[in-house]
Amino acid sequence: MTKLNQNRIIDSAFKYFGIFCTFFGLIVLAIFIFNILAEGLQRIDWDFLTNLPSRRPAKAGILTAWTGTAWILGLTAIISIPLGVAAGVYLEEYGKKNRLASIIEINIANLAGVPSIIYGLLGLEIFVRTLNFGGSLLAGAFTLALLILPIIIVATREALKAVPKSLREASFGMGATKWQTIWYQTLPAASGGILTGIILALSRAVGETAPLIVIGALAYVPFVATNPMDEFTVLPMQIFNWVSRPQHGFVVNAAAAIIILLLITFIMNGIAIYLRNKWQKKVNW
Amino acid sequence: MKNTGEKIIEGALAFSGLITILTTLGIIWVLVSESFSFFQVVSVTDFLTDTEWTPLFTQKHYGILPLLTGTFLTTAIAILTAMPIGIAIAVYLSEYAPKNFRKSLKPALEVLAAVPTVVYGFFALTVVTPFLQNIIPDLGSFNALSAGLVMGIMIIPMISSLSEDALHALPKSLREASYGMGATRFQTAFKVAVPAASSGIIVSIILAVARAIGETMIVAIAAGQQPILTLDPRDAVETITAYIVQVSLGDVPHGSLAYKTIFAAGITLFIFTFVLNNISFWIKKKYQEKYD
Repeated sequence: MTKLNQNRIIDSAFKYFGIFCTFFGLIVLAIFIFNILAEGLQRIDWDFLTNLPSRRPAKAGILTAWTGTAWILGLTAIISIPLGVAAGVYLEEYGKKNRLASIIEINIANLAGVPSIIYGLLGLEIFVRTLNFGGSLLAGAFTLALLILPIIIVATREALKAVPKSLREASFGMGATKWQTIWYQTLPAASGGILTGIILALSRAVGETAPLIVIGALAYVPFVATNPMDEFTVLPMQIFNWVSRPQHGFVVNAAAAIIILLLITFIMNGIAIYLRNKWQKKVNW
Repeated sequence: MKNTGEKIIEGALAFSGLITILTTLGIIWVLVSESFSFFQVVSVTDFLTDTEWTPLFTQKHYGILPLLTGTFLTTAIAILTAMPIGIAIAVYLSEYAPKNFRKSLKPALEVLAAVPTVVYGFFALTVVTPFLQNIIPDLGSFNALSAGLVMGIMIIPMISSLSEDALHALPKSLREASYGMGATRFQTAFKVAVPAASSGIIVSIILAVARAIGETMIVAIAAGQQPILTLDPRDAVETITAYIVQVSLGDVPHGSLAYKTIFAAGITLFIFTFVLNNISFWIKKKYQEKYD
């Protein structure tokens, strides 16, 4: 009887332990966000967004950092979206049984596990040195595009997989070729899922720091980039630079810049989750 | 005519897929070629057995061990934090929680993984370390402990999500048999479900280890940049990744031996994550569909 009671107690005790663990990470994150808001919110004003970097914390702004992030986001999207979607379409629609496709598939699983800093070493040798892009936006965008390519490919495949066969068969029945079927039927039907994956991948690129440090992105850039061959900095780089300085004023700046960066990532993730839910409802064919 | 157009398109699509293979080949080529010329100067034995790593000092030593212990220490702390919490979450969500709760909490936990790592680094340095210093007075302002703990929080969703998937995939009959014998949910969870889903749970932990080994910004910001051979979590340490960052931020001339050290460190890191990823791949293949 006591044994039975003991078992019941353990059983319900674990329930509360489980709830505690589930919320533990989220509570820690909430404490952290509260902390950052308390520290950095009063620092955010128009000047902070439009000032160039400076040695004096009170005068320093994030203009070069957020414009750099916008550049990187745009260029990375231009490079990675066509390549990623095309590769996903090939693997899902064409290469079902051939050897090349299965090698690519294993390879993508492996690439997804390669640490981001290794992509930085690749970018440093290939884009910065061999192709002579230097520490430019273009070198950074190519490096990040390779980094997020596996995410976009996998998302594209998942989305295409969810499109029912009947849709393709109807199109073939009307005399459409394989590519016409993909372009006019399958891809539009899968677009919600693909878009979700693309946004998540790009939000990952926006938060990356390590590979950009390795390819030589600078912490101090006194001008706004105007073309893809310009040197650049991004928000995470600026935050890293400010965190490493001893004066408290820079820590406040870092907190303020983190608020902006988190805002960008959370908005992107929010859009992605919204699209996913909307698309999942529609996709119950 | 139509056919050639179709062929050209298929070729273009296949080429996009090939880019991923070229990426892998590029990574291997870059790491191998640069570290090859490094190992022509520094012997592999020195690299693996020397206990000092001082390529940037006048008295140069090239022993990777201090970087390995630094990486090992922060990774171990992260996994010891994330594993119990992650598995408890997975068990709770799959065996205890109401269905709706599970559906809304899983994406919420993913938020932890969406936060940029540089933000976690700031958190470790400015919040966690000062907090821990109240409890452990001789904790340095850079230390392996808070970097590891924060990294653990970051990888919780990796373990919880994949482990939950593994538990969720188990056939219902397994649990019903256990309940039929009069077992509680706790007994069913830990004596039946977790052992049955163990391969999936192990895979999640291996992938989390690989992630922790390759994590860069948290350790570069909060763990310090001192390559000291120590396993004391209160000390400042330097991981392989933090070393690569340190050299990249400095003015090391291209082609010098110091420049090549980041590729030697990089290939060491790559080998570790590559082996771990393939072990997890192998386990997944081998134990998949056990219940089908």
